[in-house]
Amino acid sequence: MGERAAEGLVTGFVMTEKLAFTLNVNGRDFPVRVEPRRTLADTIREECKLTGTHLGCEHGVCGACTIIIDGEAVRSCLMFAVQAAGKRIRTVEGLANGNELHPLQRAFIAHHGLQCGFCTPGFLMLAVNTLEQQPDIGDEELLDVLASNLCRCTGYGNIVKAVKAARDEMRAGK
Amino acid sequence: MKPAPFQYHAPRTIEEAVATLARVAPDDGRVLAGGQSLVPTMAFRLARPRHLVDINGVAALSRLVVENGKLCIGATVRHAAFERPVAKGPLGELLREVVRHIAHKPIRARGTFCGSIAHADPASEWCLVAAALGAEMVARSARGERVIPAKDFFSGIMTTALQEGELLTEVRLPLLSADTRFGFCEFNRRAGDFAIAMALVTFRLKNSAIIEPRVAISGAEATPRRIAQAETALDSHAPDAKTFAAAADAAAKAIDPLDDENTSADYRRGLVRTVVLRALERAAT
Ligand SMILES: Cc1cc2nc3c(=O)[nH]c(=O)nc-3n(C[C@H](O)[C@H](O)[C@H](O)COP(=O)(O)OP(=O)(O)OC[C@H]3O[C@@H](n4cnc5c(N)ncnc54)[C@H](O)[C@@H]3O)c2cc1C
Ligand code: FES
Ligand code: FES
Repeated sequence: MGERAAEGLVTGFVMTEKLAFTLNVNGRDFPVRVEPRRTLADTIREECKLTGTHLGCEHGVCGACTIIIDGEAVRSCLMFAVQAAGKRIRTVEGLANGNELHPLQRAFIAHHGLQCGFCTPGFLMLAVNTLEQQPDIGDEELLDVLASNLCRCTGYGNIVKAVKAARDEMRAGK
Repeated sequence: MKPAPFQYHAPRTIEEAVATLARVAPDDGRVLAGGQSLVPTMAFRLARPRHLVDINGVAALSRLVVENGKLCIGATVRHAAFERPVAKGPLGELLREVVRHIAHKPIRARGTFCGSIAHADPASEWCLVAAALGAEMVARSARGERVIPAKDFFSGIMTTALQEGELLTEVRLPLLSADTRFGFCEFNRRAGDFAIAMALVTFRLKNSAIIEPRVAISGAEATPRRIAQAETALDSHAPDAKTFAAAADAAAKAIDPLDDENTSADYRRGLVRTVVLRALERAAT
C-alpha cells in the first residue's frame, strides 16, 4: 500500500507525517515537529512547554485558550499549530516584564478578578488585546467583548472591575 | 476532543487551491477557512476530513472591493472586517450592524464571511444577509467558474449548491441606494450565541409609501429566505404600525418553523412575528 498511502488514498486511516516548523512565542523561536492535526493550544503547552495557556472546552466556546496572534486575540484551540508558523504569538507568559506585572495583571490582583485562575490567562489576553486596540473603549462595549469568555468562579463582576481599572490606569499613564 | 489525522495542504494561489481540491475532494478533502465551525466539528469527531486545503495563504482571496455596483467579499475576508463600514451608504452600515451579532471578538478575528455562507448554518447572520439582498456566490473548480444566485444556493440545514471540489472564491452583494432603509432584529438566549430567529428588512419610500420591500428571515426555518407574503403586505403601503403588524403576521403565517426539544415550532412562529415587527420598526426610525 506504500504508494497509495503516501497519497493518503487508503481507506480507514490517513498517513500523517509530522511537519517541522518554527513557532515564535513571546519573541522566542521554538522549533517544533507535530502532526497537522495538533492544535496550536496543545502545541504551545506540550512542545513549547508554556502551560499558561489553558484548555477548557476545546471547541471555541469558553475562551480559556485565548492568545494573541499578529495583534489579534484568537482561540488557540481552533487553529492548527502549522497555521501559526511565521506569525507573532503572544501568551500570558509574555505579559509581565521580568518581575514587573502588566497593569492588567496587577488590576486582577487588586480587584480579585480571579479565584481558581483557570480562566484568567484567556481573560488577560482578550483584555490586553482589546485595550491595546481600543484604549478608550467604553464600559458597554467592554462588557460585550468580555462576554466572549467564561468564568465559573468570580461571577464576572470583579473581572469587569479589574479590566476597567486597568483601562483607566493605562489611559492615565499615556 | 482531538481532531482525527488529516493531510494538510497550503496552496498559495486560487489555481493551486482548486487543483488540490480536485485531487483530494473525492477523498473527503475539505476547505479550511477560518476554522471556527470546522475545527469544533473535528474536535467532536463529527467530521473527520482526510485532507484539509487551507486557503488562508491564498493572497488573491483576501480582496474586499466594490466593483460594478457590487461589494466583492473574498474567501478569506474575516467577520471583523465589517466592524467598520466597508462600502459607502446603507450597505456598509447594514453589515456593521449585523456583524456585532456574530459570535465574539476572537471568533470574528478568524471566521470568514464566505465560510459562513459555505457552512450554511440556519442561524447564520451572513446567510440571512445573502438571502435578503440577493447575493451572488462565485464558485471555482477545476471545471471552471459559475455564479450561483442566493435563491438557488441554500438547499437545507448546512447544505448548499456547492459541489464536490468547488471553492467559494467570493460572495458579491449589491450596493444599496442611499435612501434604502434597513432594520435587523435577532433573538437568542445568550449574547453572541446562535439566533433562534432573526429578520432583516429593507425598503425605500416614495411619496410616503413603501417601495422595493425585502423581508428575509432565518434561524426559524432550515434555510434563510425572503418571505413574499410579508413583502406584499408592505408594498405601496404607508410605513405605519398597521402595515408593519400585517407584514409580521404574514411572515409568521408563511413559515415552516424548525422544531426541537428546546424550541417548539409555535414558539419560533411567535418569535418570527416579533423579530419582523421590530426589524420593520427599526427600519422606519
Ligand atoms: C463560540 C462560537 C460562536 C459562534 N457564533 C456564531 C454566530 O452567532 N453566528 C454565526 O453565523 N456563526 C457563529 N459561529 C461560527 C463562525 O461564524 C464561523 O466562522 C463560520 O460559521 C464559518 O466560517 P469559517 O471561516 O470559520 O469556516 P470554516 O470553519 O473554516 O469552514 C466551515 C465549512 O465551510 C467550508 N468552507 C469554508 N470556506 C469555504 C470556501 N471558501 N469554499 C468552500 N467551502 C468552504 C469548510 O470546508 C467547512 O465545511 C460561532 C462559532 C463559535 C466557535
Ligand atoms: S478551550 Fe479554546 S475556547 Fe475553550
Ligand atoms: S477564576 Fe475560576 S474559572 Fe474564572
